[in-house]
Parts: sequence; C-alpha cells; structure tokens
Amino acid sequence: MKKHDQTTTANLLEIQDLSVHFNTQRGVVKAVRDLSLTIKKEETLALVGESGCGKSVTAHSINGLIPVPPGIIEKGKIIFEGENLLQKTEKEMQHIRGVRISMIFQEPMTSLNPVFTIGRQIADVFLTHHDIPREEAFSRAVNLLDMVKIPSPETRAKSYPHQLSGGMRQRAMIAMALASPEPGLMIADEPTTALDVTIQAQILRLMVSLKKRVGMSLLLITHDMGVVAETADRVIVMYAGRKVEEADVYSLFDKPAHPYTLGLLNSLPSNRKYAGASRLEAIPGTVPDLLTINDGCPFANRCPRAGDICRSVFPGETPLTEHHSVWCHNHVR
Amino acid sequence: MLSYILKRIGLLIPTLLGVITLVFFMISLSPGDPARVMLGERASAEQLEKLREDLGLDRPLHQQYFSYLSRIVRLDFGKSITTGRPVIEEIGQLFPATMELAFFAMLLASGLGIIIGVVSATKRNTPLDYASMIGALFGVSMPVFWLGLVLIMIFSVGLDLLPTGGRMNIRLYMETFTNFYIIDALIALFRKGDITYLGSALKHLILPAAALGTIPLAIIARTTRSSMLEVLKQDYIKTARAAGIPEGKIIFRYALKNALLPIITVIGIQFGLLLSGAILTETIFAWPGIGKWIYHSISARDYPAVQGGIIIISTVFVVINLLVDILYSVVNPRVRLS
Amino acid sequence: MNDTLIVKDPTPFQEILHELSKNKAAVAGLIIIALFLLIGILAPLIAPKDPFAQEISLRKLPPFSPGYILGSDDLGRDMLSRLMYGARISMIIGVISVGIAMGSGLLIGVTAGYIGGWYDRIVMRLIDIMLAFPYILLTIVIVAVLGPSLFNAMVAIGVSQIPRYARLVRASVLAEKEADYVTAERSLGASPLSLMFLSILPNCLAPVSVQATLGVGEAILSSAALSFLGLGAQPPTPEWGLMIASSREFITNAWWIVTFPGLATLLAVLGFNLFGDGLRDVLDPKLRE
Repeated sequence: MKKHDQTTTANLLEIQDLSVHFNTQRGVVKAVRDLSLTIKKEETLALVGESGCGKSVTAHSINGLIPVPPGIIEKGKIIFEGENLLQKTEKEMQHIRGVRISMIFQEPMTSLNPVFTIGRQIADVFLTHHDIPREEAFSRAVNLLDMVKIPSPETRAKSYPHQLSGGMRQRAMIAMALASPEPGLMIADEPTTALDVTIQAQILRLMVSLKKRVGMSLLLITHDMGVVAETADRVIVMYAGRKVEEADVYSLFDKPAHPYTLGLLNSLPSNRKYAGASRLEAIPGTVPDLLTINDGCPFANRCPRAGDICRSVFPGETPLTEHHSVWCHNHVR
Repeated sequence: MLSYILKRIGLLIPTLLGVITLVFFMISLSPGDPARVMLGERASAEQLEKLREDLGLDRPLHQQYFSYLSRIVRLDFGKSITTGRPVIEEIGQLFPATMELAFFAMLLASGLGIIIGVVSATKRNTPLDYASMIGALFGVSMPVFWLGLVLIMIFSVGLDLLPTGGRMNIRLYMETFTNFYIIDALIALFRKGDITYLGSALKHLILPAAALGTIPLAIIARTTRSSMLEVLKQDYIKTARAAGIPEGKIIFRYALKNALLPIITVIGIQFGLLLSGAILTETIFAWPGIGKWIYHSISARDYPAVQGGIIIISTVFVVINLLVDILYSVVNPRVRLS
Repeated sequence: MNDTLIVKDPTPFQEILHELSKNKAAVAGLIIIALFLLIGILAPLIAPKDPFAQEISLRKLPPFSPGYILGSDDLGRDMLSRLMYGARISMIIGVISVGIAMGSGLLIGVTAGYIGGWYDRIVMRLIDIMLAFPYILLTIVIVAVLGPSLFNAMVAIGVSQIPRYARLVRASVLAEKEADYVTAERSLGASPLSLMFLSILPNCLAPVSVQATLGVGEAILSSAALSFLGLGAQPPTPEWGLMIASSREFITNAWWIVTFPGLATLLAVLGFNLFGDGLRDVLDPKLRE
C-alpha cells in the first residue's frame, strides 16, 4: 500500500488488488490485473490509457455492471464508504447504483434511449429513487437540464435524443447522473471523446463546476492527456490491464517516470518537450494480446528501455516522491 | 411523415395494377378452354359458344383485359360459376370468418411469442432459452396441415375435448350481424344472457388458431429474442442500469419498447401471410373462410372466383404491409419526427 | 465496452469451416441432412419392401408388426419403404426447386444490379409484384395455371422463391460494384459478363448460401402442402404431403399413417433449418462474438 493511502477515512472509494477476467471462446482475457486505487472525497482521479487497457472494465466493476458470465471478478475488493461492493447482492447494488454512484458514458449518441424523451428518462431516475408524483419528477428533470445549462429546458425535456446535438446529449447524460439522490461518486467513461474540441472544453468545465457544487468525487476515464491536464487532481496510467504509474497531475506532467507515460505525452500535439522529442510521436508496436499475455511487464515489447527482466517479471512499486510511484524496472529518471 | 405515407400509397397503385394484370394473364393464358372446363366434357357446341360470349372470351385478349380492369375498379369480379352468386358477395360473406381466425391466431402468436422471446433473451444460454429456441425451430419446420391433423387426433379424437371443425356447434342457431362469430356470440350473451354461443365459438376457434398461429409464434419468438439481445447490448441499457433503474423495468419498458420495432414488422408480415396460410388450416378444420373457398374454387376451376379471391387476398396482404410500415414509423420517434 | 481484443485471422474459408464445426446446431443439421440424402439415394437398396406393393390382407398394421416396423397404410403398403422413397422425392424437390429459384434469381439479381437503369427498374418492379402475392398463394396460383403435378409443383415453388434471391443478389451487387477490385479489373479490360459472374457474383454468395439452405426446407414444406391440397404429387407417389393427405380419414383409428410422414417432413426440414441458421450465424459477422 502506498503511504499516502493510509488516511483511509478520507477515502470515498478504495480498490484493492482487483483482477477481472473474461472467458471468451478463444480463452481467458485478463482485462484487469492487481489494480489498486483510491479516490478521496471531492477529488478527481483520472484513469488513463489506450482502449483495451482495462480502464472501462475497472469502471464497470465498481458499478457491478460487468456481465457475468463471461466476466469474472478474479480477486480484490472494491470498498465504497467502508463497504465491499463485491459482496453486495444485485438488489443491494440497486441502492448504490444511481443513488451514490452515477455514471456517464462515452457515446452520447447511443447512451440515451431513442424511444423516450430525455425529460422522461431523467424523471425515471427520480421515480426510481424517490416516492414522488410523475409531474414533480418531470419538473425536477427540467431543473437539472437547466443546471447543466441546456437552453430552454422545458421544451428540450420533451425532445427525443436524436433531436439534440452531441454536446447537448452529453449535458443531458450529466443531468441524468445528477438525478441520483445523494451523488457521491460520478464515473465518467470517456465523456468527451465523441464531441468536438470546443464542446469538449465546455463539458469538462461543466463537470468540474458541478462536482464542486454537489461535493462529489469524479473518476474520469480517458485516453486523452489533454483532458487529464485540464480536469484531474491525480492520475493513474494503465497499460494492458496493469497500473504502471500513479501521481498527482503536476508530477506526472512534470516528470513522467514510466516509458509508456512518456510515450503518451509525446503523442500529444502540444507537448514536444519530453525526452527530447522533436515531433509528434506514436508509440511503436501494438498493445499485446490480453489472451497470451505473460507475467512480465506488458509494455516490454514496445519499450525502448526494456531489458530481459522486463519480459519475465512485472516490477514492484517504486515510490519516487510522496505522491508519485511507478511500476518499472528501468524507469525514466 | 404525411408525404411519406402518401408516397407509399402512391406506390401501392402500380403494384396492385401489376397483381391484377398478372392474375388476368396467367388465368387467361393457362392451357385449356375455360368454357369447356366449366361446362364439362359433354357440353354442346352451342352451350360452349353461349358461355364464351357471356364471359367475353370471344373478344380479343386486350379488349378482355381492359373490360376486366374496368370491372375490377368497380369491384365487380363477375359471378361464381359454381354458385352463380357475385364473387364479391361471397368474399364479403366469408371474409369475416378468415379475419376472425387470423386475428386470434395472431393474438396467440404475438402474445406468447413476445413473452417467450423476452424470457429467452434475458435467460440467455440457460436450459429455458435452449428449450424455447428448439421449440421455435420445430415450429417453423412443421407442416401446418399435419400439425392440424395431429391436434385433431389428440384433442378431438383422443381426448374428446374440442370439436374437429366448423365455427359453431351445428345444432346451435345464432343470429349473425357481423359474421365475426365471437362478436355475434358476445351480442347474444348481452341480449339473451346465453353464454352457450360464446363457449361454442371459442371452442371451435382454439385448434385452428393454434395450428395457424404456430409458424408466426415461432418466428415472433425468434425475432423477439434476437431483437431483445441486440437492444440489451446497447449503451442506453447500460445507462439505465448505472442509474439504478430496476432490471424488470429496464427489460419490459426500456428494452422491449426498442425491441418492438422489428417485431412489429414481423408481426405485420406474418399477419399478411396468415391469410394465405389459412388455405390449409381452413381446409383441415372445415372453417368456412376465404382460404377453403379459394381451394374449392381452384379444384372446380371456377375462374372468376379464383381471380377475385387472389386479387382480394393480395390486396389485403399489400395493404397490411403498408399499414405495418406506417405503424413502424409512428412508433419510432426517429422516423416520426424527421 | 470499448476494450477490444486483438486476434490473428486465419483464412476466411478455414475460419468458416472451423466456426461451423464448433456450431452445434449446424453440425446437427448437417448430420440430419446427410442422413436423409443417404436414405434418399439408397432407397431402392435399403427399403425393405416395394413402396407400391399393396397387400390387402395386411392393411393398417400398427408399428412393430412383423415385417412392418412402422406399420402399413390403408392399402397394406409398407410405411417405412414409402417414407424412404419419400425422402428421395423430397430431396429431389428441394434441389430442383431451389435450383430453379437460385439460378433465375442470381441471373436476375446480378444483371439488374450491374446494368441498372431502366432494366433494373422494370425487373425489380416485376419482383415487387411477385412479392405482393403471399408466397403459398403464388405457388397455388402457378400450379392452378400449369395443372397439378409434382413437376409443376417444383416449378411453382421455384418461381415463387425467385424474388428473395433476386433482391439479395442485387443488393450485394450494388454494394460490390463500386469496390476497388472491380474497378481495377474493369480498367484492365474485363468484359461485363466476366465482371458480373466471375468477379462480383462469388463475393455475394454468402447470404445466398444461407438462403438456399433454408429454401430447401421451405420447398419441402411447400411441396408437401401442395400435394396435400391435391395440386402436387398424384397417387400412388409416396410423397410425404400426399401420404398425409390420403391418411386424413384414418385419424380415428390408425395414428401412425398420419404421424410418420409428418414427422419425416418435420425432421428433414429441421435439418435444413438448423444448418441454415448455423451457417448464417457463422457468415454474419455481426452475430459473431
């Protein structure tokens, strides 16, 4: 365990040694391996990595939305407000999902039900968790649409998702997440990936301001280092199911220690200062097949600094500072 | 939306014209002399000549065609050779029987089919799912007329529970207003307080409706299952789950309403097909509807009746398909509001 | 989930075979089809009795009677032998009907899709008109015109099934027509005929093969229905539908005469449907997981 994690009282969520596997026709996919993380109250934690690195699977495990089968939680604990969510029944989870933990998904085009108006969908969340009349639920939905800055919320509430723009839909999704009675944690899975750059910034700002206003924590899942820089307090970098680096956002951008983090930062169009890179760089090679992955460092086959030990043993934690750790045999100094 | 409906109706007219034309030429060009067939081998030359004149068979084909067309537009399908009554009158009288049978078969098929499909999809890859889907596969592989006979063998002959055929016990006399026996029996129930009619009508309906409904039942169950599986994979279902909406509500309201769109199309197509499937079912269960009548008209080479019957059934089929398309666009807000 | 897996691809054909062999439904279907084909081909060799030989003294023998495992019918003919010959007839019906439908449908679909323009419009209009007739009604009308016989029933079924192939193939041709490999071959001077039938057509065959498999099952059912209505096979042909038809009067006292031909039909059609479904699951990448 990390030193700064010992103040457990301030931790809203604590994941310990989580491993999630999927049984497919081709074999067992080890989607998440030995992942630990914590989120403090009112903190924004960013989970960063390429698609397939296990960040979405992690998010879905928190909410109990991993389809079982084919998914299996191999081991680990997900402790939310002192209770292990993995030991809860489906019925108990329904009092946490949408009540204390809400979620925003990547595709605003497909994440809203096409055959119901958005007002109705938000009102349904209220009706699920409160014993209030339908009209009141609807007017509360309109209030939320107003809160996420959707213009003329009364008319918009009566619109179907296909009548709204992508940014508008994502705002509606956020409103829906806010419809939970006592939002403690909001999980945002690539909330801005499908949006235009200008809209992205607006949505991120909206999320950060709402987070402060409501006093909740935010788990932000993204592959976009730009989004991380703009929103996160702390960052965890994942690669092929493993955590490879964890740091506060300043240390990470200042002194990236894992070769993969370095690669991610180098591939940002605006960042050319790292490791003497002079142009936009893609990381060579491809993500390993999670079916055939061994116990070595999964990044070894793409890593310019990899040695023999990297291919056979996954490194332990190397603390660099109080708020910065890396899992690498040969990290950048 | 309105322009879409008008456009679809506009497309209907050439199709129906094509149907009428095809039926006319197929029957006219079929080998054999209709007059000879109708009157039999021992008819005299004068009799044949007289009938040909009556039917307009002595005129050139294109003249026959246009006069036929102009009569059909006025819903004049000529007179049935076997009964001598106007074809349209016979159809009008028999149509309620077929509609009643088709309606109840479809009610059974869609009700049960949707339930089975939803349960199968939610209990995917469980023994229940496998059993339902194997059952559905048997349903689409079965000769309907054979199923009808087997049902009669079991429930009428073996168990003596249900009648072998007909629409009502022949000893009962019921006043008919609509020729939909269930409706007429309900009227009798309210006017005389006599439930015997309704009981008899329902008893007669069960087996034919079950036989006729089997294929659509199987197809609807399969469609519902795959449609539900597709919908349950969608992001908005994940959204609803993440918002803590209870699973039952997610399945029966959030998912089913989306899954219904393709199911509606299938139900409509199947309903149209039932009208022709009724030819076999009605023949087996002695159900006095259009299907059995067409079958007898074909056997008797009653050409006006065959032509009229085919044109009417095809028209109803095409119109039902059109209504389904319109219904689909009404249910689907993406189409309705664009 | 946006987490995707990276897998290596074997050749498409190997992959299809491999997936098919793993698909239990497809394997079961294939076994049933093979069984009926074998019985059909070997009927003259393996049938215990002459299917037409009447034995008036041995009428309506129940199943498991000596020498008559499945009993005898109302004229004292061996049920098993008649069913075996029936398999032969049904397989022939399936192959010929689907042959007619697929042959004409491919021809119409490829030419309509490739040539386009007024030819496409007229042909597809005619196909629409055919589709305005409910399927069974269309077969009945065609047989009514041609006159009742087994061969005419096959023609009627074949013709009635043309529209689905024509539409299917036309749609795939429209999609394939603009593909790079076609443009490349066209620029190399390939003739329209070779483009249509040697380049484009083979790439449209996946959906057609599914349709054809399911079509055989449907053809068997339709021919049974036509024979049942007296519009197909004529007595004393041991066609399953006709056997069911002529057994109608015995439902009160000889269940086996009614039951077995229906079961045979059910089983054969089931085989084609199982295999067709399996083939579709394997060929349709959308359904694969």
